[in-house]
Amino acid sequence: MRIGIPKERIEGETRVAATPKSVSKLKKLGFDVAVESGAGKEASFNDDQYIASGAEIVQADEVYQCDVIYKVNPPLEEEITKLKEGSTLVSFLYPAQNKELVEKLAERNINVLAMDMVPRISRAQSMDALSSMANIGGYRAVTEALHEFGRFLNGQITAAGKVPPAKVLVIGAGVAGLAAIGMSKSLGAIVRAFDTRLEVAEQIESMGGEFLKLEFAEQEDASTSTGYAKVMSKEFLEAEKKLFFEQAKEVDIIITTALVQGKKAPILITKEMVDSMKPGSVIVDMAASAGGNCEYTAPGKKIVTDNGVKVLGYTDLPARLPAQSSEMYATNLVNLTKLLSKEKNGEIDIDFNDEILRHMCVLKEGNITYPPPAISVSVKAEKKEEKKEEPTTPPSKKKSRTKLKFTFGILAIAFILWLGQVSPPEFLSHLTVFALAIVAGYYVVWNVTHALHTPLMSVTNAISGIIIVGALLQIISSITVVQIISFLGILIASINIFGGFTVTQRMLKMFMKSEEV
Amino acid sequence: MVSAAYIIAGLFFIMSLAGLSNQETAKKGNYFGMIGMTIALIATIFSIEHDSTSITYILVAVLIGAFIGILLARKVDMTEMPELIAALHSFVGLAAVFVGYNSFITLLSDTSFFGTMLTIHLVEIYLGIFIGAITFTGSVVAFGKLHGKIRSNPLILPFKDALNVVLLIVSLILMIFFIVEEGAQSGFIYLGVMTAIALFLGWHMVMAIGGADMPVVISFLNSLSGWAAAASGFMLSNDLLIITGALVGSSGAILSYIMCQGMNRNFFSVITGGFGNEGASGATEEMGEYKQINPEDVAEMLKQSDSVIITPGYGMAVAQAQYPIAEITKKLRDKGINVRFGIHPVAGRLPGHMNVLLAEAKVPYDIVLDMEEINDDFPETDTVLVIGANDTVNPAAIENPTGPIGGMPVLEVWKAKNVIIMKRSMSTGYAGVQNPLFFKENAYMCFGDAKETSEAILNAL
Repeated sequence: MRIGIPKERIEGETRVAATPKSVSKLKKLGFDVAVESGAGKEASFNDDQYIASGAEIVQADEVYQCDVIYKVNPPLEEEITKLKEGSTLVSFLYPAQNKELVEKLAERNINVLAMDMVPRISRAQSMDALSSMANIGGYRAVTEALHEFGRFLNGQITAAGKVPPAKVLVIGAGVAGLAAIGMSKSLGAIVRAFDTRLEVAEQIESMGGEFLKLEFAEQEDASTSTGYAKVMSKEFLEAEKKLFFEQAKEVDIIITTALVQGKKAPILITKEMVDSMKPGSVIVDMAASAGGNCEYTAPGKKIVTDNGVKVLGYTDLPARLPAQSSEMYATNLVNLTKLLSKEKNGEIDIDFNDEILRHMCVLKEGNITYPPPAISVSVKAEKKEEKKEEPTTPPSKKKSRTKLKFTFGILAIAFILWLGQVSPPEFLSHLTVFALAIVAGYYVVWNVTHALHTPLMSVTNAISGIIIVGALLQIISSITVVQIISFLGILIASINIFGGFTVTQRMLKMFMKSEEV
Repeated sequence: MVSAAYIIAGLFFIMSLAGLSNQETAKKGNYFGMIGMTIALIATIFSIEHDSTSITYILVAVLIGAFIGILLARKVDMTEMPELIAALHSFVGLAAVFVGYNSFITLLSDTSFFGTMLTIHLVEIYLGIFIGAITFTGSVVAFGKLHGKIRSNPLILPFKDALNVVLLIVSLILMIFFIVEEGAQSGFIYLGVMTAIALFLGWHMVMAIGGADMPVVISFLNSLSGWAAAASGFMLSNDLLIITGALVGSSGAILSYIMCQGMNRNFFSVITGGFGNEGASGATEEMGEYKQINPEDVAEMLKQSDSVIITPGYGMAVAQAQYPIAEITKKLRDKGINVRFGIHPVAGRLPGHMNVLLAEAKVPYDIVLDMEEINDDFPETDTVLVIGANDTVNPAAIENPTGPIGGMPVLEVWKAKNVIIMKRSMSTGYAGVQNPLFFKENAYMCFGDAKETSEAILNAL
């Protein structure tokens, strides 16, 4: 089948649904790829690069004639009409918000998969484009804030005075929030974060942020089975508001990412709070496209309030890192392709038995299949299972083993005591040496690395040639037979000594580190 | 003076083994061993009442031995290391027998031993010869099996276990008779019969053990040779011999233990032998379809990967494939691909055998990792190249805990995205069990001689 990659037609869109790297991967899965001329220009991928990795460069009208279309944005009306009968379209779609668009698409006999409908289950992570974009957005939000904030983020002590580190508050610790926490932290800021879902506290701390807890009588947890947060009770919201009020006075940068699925974003930062902030502070509202978390937010714009606080409502944060977001989105699509084409034969099959595909599918052969049946993805359930997996070794077997060891130990002690009773001190002193040497050998040999076990054996071969000492002591005997045997003994022991050391030396010389090779 | 020199020599030997704890200090360790040995030899020669004839004899013997030893050590191929080690073990065993007989002959004309001391001395002689003789024939058979002169399949005599036990008991009874004789000339009879029995025991024991159990056998013989030296030390009241013998003995014992752990087998079940007799015959059950791949496609797959792990086995040593493999590694690493090696503890015929072979082919040791170090990395690996290994990568060890190799720790290669298995045929490994790995969806078989196949891959790269 042929996959078409059109140029994105929405104003300001810089991303593209395939990169030269993803093209070659799609080719490996058995597909032909047609890329519209200039599709990757904004993301710094030129047509020659696509050709080099095996794609065809085609004109706009031809690209829509492909069997499968990979896109970033929901299709425009003009694009829908160009689509081939029976073809498959994959892009962001937001079917909940774009009901009209879905109906328009349903007039055509096509299949549509929505990249924003990838279920949040572990198996689907590799194609979760929303997460990829949120990650990029979170990163970019910090750079945007930094750009507007007229100061360092990290603390410095210089000859020109001391600079305190900036304080960043991140609200909502989803993928975007966590990315923003990590980025701010790595730039040296003090990062605080808040989320209504208690389960993310650990994740916030793992990124280097400080989890802000509400002073609130009843602990309420907003975790839901969909992986998004739910709407909270009134008391909770009161406590939350109080917390934000206190924080607003203190922090320099606020990044908000709070979204409730399928609803308008909640207002968390009121005008009053913004007015209480220090002049020069920055707010980046990542929820701007859903109305914004801040009362001042104007989607797509930068607002400067009367007291000099900058409120950024950019809705195109991922598109501001076009090469990176194209690459990640394209990789998500390649992973989706692997799922669609299990045989790797260049044919796709939207298999409804696969819950990921079922969940993503909005239209199948012109019939609306949205909304899909629910899949539960609660992280909590997984956690509980983990606990169960504690190793349970059959205790009875172990017990009898230790018992055996115990008896053996007692017997050994008894034997040595008996030996001490019956044997002369001279023998005992040898026995002491013997026992201590075994212990020394035991500890030394356990430290030998596995890779050197062969040299270890050859070196022990060499030193066990020490038996030559025995033969040496005997060769001075006056008995001829003894002399002859000793002679032979010395001879073969010498083979061991010289052979052992030489071969060990030879082997050890061969072991080299990468730099030396 | 001599005792002081012996203590110093003993300490050097301990430092020598301690030096082997990692590759950086290993060479120093070997030098320590040489220094210790030199000190011991010089001290001994000066301590005895030597005259010009005995010195000549000593020098001649040492020079011949040194000549043979160095010649052997220079010429030996690294793939033949197990044979060399086995041969050296047999020498220690033989020397211990010699020293034992000598001690007894000297004792006949020596009256300074009496009472308990005499008994102890006789026991020492008896045990020294016994252990030495077992070590000697055992090592000779091991050498023969490794060298292909003796069939590596286990030889099973009727009632073999009972036979061993009876012979051990007979030896024990003979020892009592020997002690009762109190070092008279007639003791020779018992000593002679016992030596014959011990020689047979050593032969019989190793004959009954199959080829892939050789790592355990060699380590066990290593241990025995140490104990034989220690017994000689007791005989001669020589602390240096005791120290060295104990060091070598415990070293070999630990190696045997590690090898048994690697195969998840009980030490006694290995030593009593008889495992894996169906070996190459292969009880094939229908496991499904396997996919074949040619070397050119393997090369392509390797080039497309970001990370590659190579897991070699005895098959690589047999085919001498380590050189082309090292070249492949170098080429891939130059392309920026992360290539590493995963070594199972019992891969090959000698503990650490694969590491030596790879080192010989100039693979840097810091990319050669142990099973435990690398096992968690397989899920993030694009391609795994299995070369001449079978049981050590068999998923049945985990999937079928009650099977013949159930519970054995294995390299979990099947967790990687693709697994390429280079093998001569579909035959089973040493354990005689079919390997479900070959039939996994992500597994590709590349048939042929490991060396030729790797050269073909190298050319395609």
